[in-house]
Amino acid sequence: MTIEVAPTTATTVPVLLDEQGRTVRGLWGVTITFLRRQPVGAIGMVLVLIFGLAGIFAAWIAPYNPTSNDFAAMTEAPSWAHWLGTDQLGRDLLSRILFGARTAFIVGMTSALVGGFSGLVIGVASAYFGGQLDLWLQRVLDIVMAFPLIIMALAVVSIFGTGVQNVIVAITIPLIPRCARIVRSSALAIREVPYVDAARALGYGHTRIIMHHMVPNVMGPFLVIITAFVGQAILAEAALSYLGLGVQEPVPAWGLMLQGGAEEYASTAPWIAIFPGLAIMLTVFGINLFGDALRDVLDPKMRDR
Amino acid sequence: MYRYIISRILLVFPTLIGAAALVFLLMRLVPGDICLVRLGSGGTSFTQQALATCHAEIGIDRPWILQFFDFIWGMARLDFGKSMWSGKPVIMEIATRFPISLEVAIMATIIAVVIAIPLGTISALKQNTWIDLVVRTFSIAGLATPAFWLGIVSILIVLDVTQAVFGHPWMPPIDYVPLWQDPIRNLSIVMLPALTIGYRYAAVSMRMTRSAMLEVLREDYIRTARAKGLVRRLIINRHALKNALLPVVTVIGIEFAFLLGGLVVTEQVFNLNGIGRLMVLSVQNQDYTLTQALVMVVVTIAVLSNLVVDLFYAWLDPRIRLA
Repeated sequence: MTIEVAPTTATTVPVLLDEQGRTVRGLWGVTITFLRRQPVGAIGMVLVLIFGLAGIFAAWIAPYNPTSNDFAAMTEAPSWAHWLGTDQLGRDLLSRILFGARTAFIVGMTSALVGGFSGLVIGVASAYFGGQLDLWLQRVLDIVMAFPLIIMALAVVSIFGTGVQNVIVAITIPLIPRCARIVRSSALAIREVPYVDAARALGYGHTRIIMHHMVPNVMGPFLVIITAFVGQAILAEAALSYLGLGVQEPVPAWGLMLQGGAEEYASTAPWIAIFPGLAIMLTVFGINLFGDALRDVLDPKMRDR
Repeated sequence: MYRYIISRILLVFPTLIGAAALVFLLMRLVPGDICLVRLGSGGTSFTQQALATCHAEIGIDRPWILQFFDFIWGMARLDFGKSMWSGKPVIMEIATRFPISLEVAIMATIIAVVIAIPLGTISALKQNTWIDLVVRTFSIAGLATPAFWLGIVSILIVLDVTQAVFGHPWMPPIDYVPLWQDPIRNLSIVMLPALTIGYRYAAVSMRMTRSAMLEVLREDYIRTARAKGLVRRLIINRHALKNALLPVVTVIGIEFAFLLGGLVVTEQVFNLNGIGRLMVLSVQNQDYTLTQALVMVVVTIAVLSNLVVDLFYAWLDPRIRLA
């Protein structure tokens, strides 16, 4: 659960330098330079893209309907007809994994983005205004941080119930303080920088200083956290669904596919247990590789570590 | 030093009371009447009187602030009320299941430390070689593997291997016996779950060991030690590792709290009757008294393990101790 972000200096604007030390601009240029400088990160990005695109285009590329049972083809081993085999209800595993990618990314991205941006606002505001507000916010964040992620999520699920939307809420809440904490420590350094004083002397409003001068400067660590959050959220969703307290049938979700059937049929039809887990692992592995590379690029102090 | 220790210990109380307030508030957010949910979920009809009895039993017919004080006072006396589902005192439900969870957690920690510190150190010393690459891949994979899946796969492997070796599949027994009664049986129950959780734990600690070690190796005093001709092994053991272990200790302490979260899923996979499994059951049964007690137990352990880390840190690092 630890996110390794170095205590940042005042300049953490995400800039990318090429081999000659020139600043690279434009999405395309940035992407190409990133891929060239971080081959391992590139592998991660490819993995994420594969599963991401699988999720987006699941409806077009899935060979079968992920929810339709076929009792003539129960627990069939992988074959040409069913590349990854079928589960105990005769549902095609490949199709379910493709649609499961959609669920995983919807939950993962939404939780990470909402949790991350809420944390960004709280963290920057806490650092910028300081004083009593900062003190109290920090105490509250301390308290929320004392709850392990999955425990907090379970508590939220026990109140609001299961289902995709509730799972997103359950995972988003514990992510907020984790982001706010890291953003705050970066923002504290930036608050002391002369240009923020200058902006204040020019009579700019709080909103303008926060949005134009502080937020862009914490983007580096923020992007790294958000990436890590997507992976954590996907793992948390899988765990909740596996416990039967997350996404509910018939929505295809990786954790759900491992529930019930997977253990019962483990010895006779191991593919039911193996492939959904592999999908989770490869996706999160890709996200982590990409996140590490991103950290190396955005945070030169962490390079080579 | 004493001042730091006392102020650090005192800080535990506001955090715990805050956490209790949060749990209390969350449990009051349950849409509708807890008792209606409780009585209605059985599908049986109930009388107005049953509803009133239920209200009185949980104490929700009283003002919120009194309920909260009751909750805090109960916690201080380790009295969490009765389970809404089984009717037994919550503390008994937890106490019978606590030892097994604690044992798995401690075993997992030992496994993590034994794997993480040597591998992380080697990885740092051999930076950018194939050894480093293998260790880093192993640790990033550890962060990406869902514990419950690893559990399922390890059961699968045990089944297949024992089938091949003994001719019949063998599964670890599920009825728990304490370590001192039957060590072999106990370990055969606890080993696989501990390995499953320990892997992720090891992965996190390994990454920390590696990066802390790399940082320390660049310090001037390491160069000095090398320049005065000290043996490499002594430089690493006495100078580098000792300093690099500080952040690792922190991570191990912080992760211990998350280990308890990991127990929730792992106990489910291995059918272990610990507090993690109890928590899942309590959420499924909408047993709010049990859920809030369990959440508080986990949070208390998390807060206390953070306290231990901070005190340990102060003891190890004179800069904090003497400040």
